[in-house]
Amino acid sequence: MTDTMNQVRQQLLEPAAIGDQELDRLMSQIMSRQVDYADIYFEYTRHETWSLEEGKVKAGSHSIDQGVGIRAVSGEKTGFAYSDELAMPALENAASAARAIARSGTDKQLQIGWSPASQKSLYTPVDPIDTLADQDKIDLLEHVEAEARRTDPRVSQVMAGLSSVHNVMLVAASDGTLAADIRPMVRLNVTVIVEQNDAREQGSAGGGGRFGLSIFTDGDKALEYARDAVRQALIKLEAKAPPAGMMPVVLGPGWPGILLHEAIGHGLEGDFNRKGTSAFSGRLGEQVASSLCTIVDDGTIPDRRGSLTVDDEGTPGQNTVLIEDGILKNYMQDKVNARLMNMEPTGNGRRESYGNLPMPRMTNTYMLPGEHDPDEIIASVDRGLYAVNFGGGQVDITSGKFVFSSSEAYMIENGKITYPVKGATLIGSGPEVLTHVSMVGNDLKLDDGVGTCGKEGQSVPVGVGQPSMKIDQLTVGGTEV
Amino acid sequence: MTKMIKHADVTAMAGPLESVVEQALEEAKRQGASSAEADASMSQGLSATVRLGDVETIENNRDKSLAVSVYFGQSTGSASTTDMSPDAIKKTVAAACSIASRTAEDDCGGLADADRMATEFPDLDLWHPWNPPAEQAIELAMQCEQAARSCDDKITNSEGATVSSHEGVAIYTNSHGFIGTRYGTRHSLSCAVIAENTAGMERDYWYSVERDRNNLESAEEVGKKAARRSVKRLGARKMKSCQAPILYEAQVASSLLSHFSSAINGGSLYRKSSFLLDHCGKLVFPAHINISDKPFIPGALGSSAFDSEGVATQERELVHHGVLEGYLLNSYSARKLGMQTTGNAGGAHNLVIEPGEHDLDGLMQEMGTGLLVTELIGYGVNNVTGDYSRGAAGFWVENGAIAYPVSEITIAGNLKDMFMQVMEVGNDVEQRGTNITGSILIENMTIAGE
Repeated sequence: MTDTMNQVRQQLLEPAAIGDQELDRLMSQIMSRQVDYADIYFEYTRHETWSLEEGKVKAGSHSIDQGVGIRAVSGEKTGFAYSDELAMPALENAASAARAIARSGTDKQLQIGWSPASQKSLYTPVDPIDTLADQDKIDLLEHVEAEARRTDPRVSQVMAGLSSVHNVMLVAASDGTLAADIRPMVRLNVTVIVEQNDAREQGSAGGGGRFGLSIFTDGDKALEYARDAVRQALIKLEAKAPPAGMMPVVLGPGWPGILLHEAIGHGLEGDFNRKGTSAFSGRLGEQVASSLCTIVDDGTIPDRRGSLTVDDEGTPGQNTVLIEDGILKNYMQDKVNARLMNMEPTGNGRRESYGNLPMPRMTNTYMLPGEHDPDEIIASVDRGLYAVNFGGGQVDITSGKFVFSSSEAYMIENGKITYPVKGATLIGSGPEVLTHVSMVGNDLKLDDGVGTCGKEGQSVPVGVGQPSMKIDQLTVGGTEV
Repeated sequence: MTKMIKHADVTAMAGPLESVVEQALEEAKRQGASSAEADASMSQGLSATVRLGDVETIENNRDKSLAVSVYFGQSTGSASTTDMSPDAIKKTVAAACSIASRTAEDDCGGLADADRMATEFPDLDLWHPWNPPAEQAIELAMQCEQAARSCDDKITNSEGATVSSHEGVAIYTNSHGFIGTRYGTRHSLSCAVIAENTAGMERDYWYSVERDRNNLESAEEVGKKAARRSVKRLGARKMKSCQAPILYEAQVASSLLSHFSSAINGGSLYRKSSFLLDHCGKLVFPAHINISDKPFIPGALGSSAFDSEGVATQERELVHHGVLEGYLLNSYSARKLGMQTTGNAGGAHNLVIEPGEHDLDGLMQEMGTGLLVTELIGYGVNNVTGDYSRGAAGFWVENGAIAYPVSEITIAGNLKDMFMQVMEVGNDVEQRGTNITGSILIENMTIAGE
């Protein structure tokens, strides 16, 4: 970490001649008002994309976004300003604007005694853009395209994209926190359109995480995504109308864990619970799921898309038990909400960029495995839905109603998978749905690294996962009553 | 090329941006690009949120960015930066050029044709700066939240009320010699409160957004509407799965226009990923439906004299008597389809469906018995096939009157059928976005519940 710290200071602070003294000066300026807590967040992001369609990589883009966000907290009040100039005069202006939230206090000359956190990094601090030559990135996308077309002659369009992000952050807070992180992120996506007679369908697959691009070129992974996208699209061509109404639903392992993210995760974020606006507010210690369910938010898994060595407030990433054997154990907290609720921060303070305020956000949210063989779970259903792939989801925090939309699903009849059905939205109530979990599989899987979570206009990368799971009753939003 | 800017404060913001885009174009030429385009923008504003009678956050926003695309013959590359120093501009152009040296030739690429550039820049009444001091924004937010909280005893909690005010200027230029300034202000007032009874909590919200703050609904009105909407949802229950007519309240009906707009977007069409592929000239709505793209509505949120390629926008009828008359194309998708750009790089401007005769109550009467949808959640829409399945909340309507609130249900169908089954469009027109519509009554969809 000290290597990371030195490297980040060199990159972000030194060109602007910002050292400990300058940080002290800014902090003194903010804290001379009646401010309980303040932080200064420096960030640099470089992002590169390449995209292929019609067999050619025809477009690419490169962007640089850098700046500093300054926040001052006084009681429940937060003042915030930012600057995209990394220079002391601009930061002093931002500090003045942020501290205006609080009443005047006394002039202070603080010496914070900055204590750099020493935290073992969960990912290699590479700039992923430089981990592969441009021509090799283009070749990679062309191989993906060729593999999709080779897989089936009904493939009429292939779109593939490769994205690499190099994100560098440093946060200095009035509580003495000084933390830095270098966060790589890569992602490969492939979408295909298949045509048969007059019918068309679409399939998508992809993955990524916090590492360099060689993950896609060393093995067969990229080509697997291509084949999987084609497989999904072809299955949809055969799919029949989905059923409508309440029925048993078996969810496959991995990405269907988006259920947990929507049904449980958001409602357990500290801000909603501090305000008492969540369907889970005031329910710590209560049974909110069947005793088969243990769910964690784990930011400490190496190389994962949702992992964080430190969060955006400098708190080390943690593995937080949210629900243990069905009992609600913990909320996910950032510093501000934790302080106001007399709880500890849990490493969930995240922000989209320096230009946004941090708030409690998930990292990698998943359910621990149970005892059942997945086949046993399917065999136990007389008539129901088996859903293995999903698009997005959404939740109404206050009523607890959540949805997630299946993109690959099958009917189960008399304990057997019989035919594929078209996409349908599944809807339920967060505090109730997991009480209907009657079987949990032994096949825990995390998703491939594709999740992005949106909250109050801010997007952050997240992970989800789960073993196969049976929910005895859930409403399936098909067309066949 | 001429451009007309009447507002001194726009000129003050635009001046430095103009120099930035000119430097970018000059640099692209120096680095060997055969043509280039640059877009520089700057915005600033304030957002104040009040919760339970006290200030919660005050955010000061100030953003700027420069985006450049370069063309070397038929190859292209793009780059952007938030740093507009001369050195950063050079590096950004170099990054774009480096990408262009790798990308494949594309005979449909390049700038929009020179003869399509806008030459007239009418004042569309988009600039009404406000710059409220934080105290004034807070005071207004306080009034708004207070109106909501005192409206009904069942309002027990609040997510707060927010006042925000923003203004932005952007300059686009390209190697045809085109240079155009887009500018606009945007002010909003919003409130979200929580109603509670023994059955649980419900949240709803209301907001007003305008280019001119004098047109905003009053703080009291916004607060009261938010409160009434939350209270009305209390006691929502599930319902039995069935087939029924669906009435989309204007606020959610705008999403249907948004699906229509995606389906006739050039990008979806040339990729053959639209359920309206090859539907030009065909009946896609009933004969009483007319839909237009109207870029010149004074003060509207989507109004603009040119699109993001500098192409002159035009008022166009997209659906006439139910027949699809045209697509939304930029120069690239137009070339792909062997057509002409329609000035829709960046999408539709103000997409307007012609209103009918009835207000929401009238439409409920027309529907008789069915579902009034006031909220949709989730993303269950397949743009390739038109298959549609989304989470919904609203009210069961019997004999033209609200019977009870419902939630935890889905509504499903296929957009092609849903469009053909639009029985009526209301005159209760939603103006708070760029999809402008009244409430929409659809003959029949599947509701999934218990």
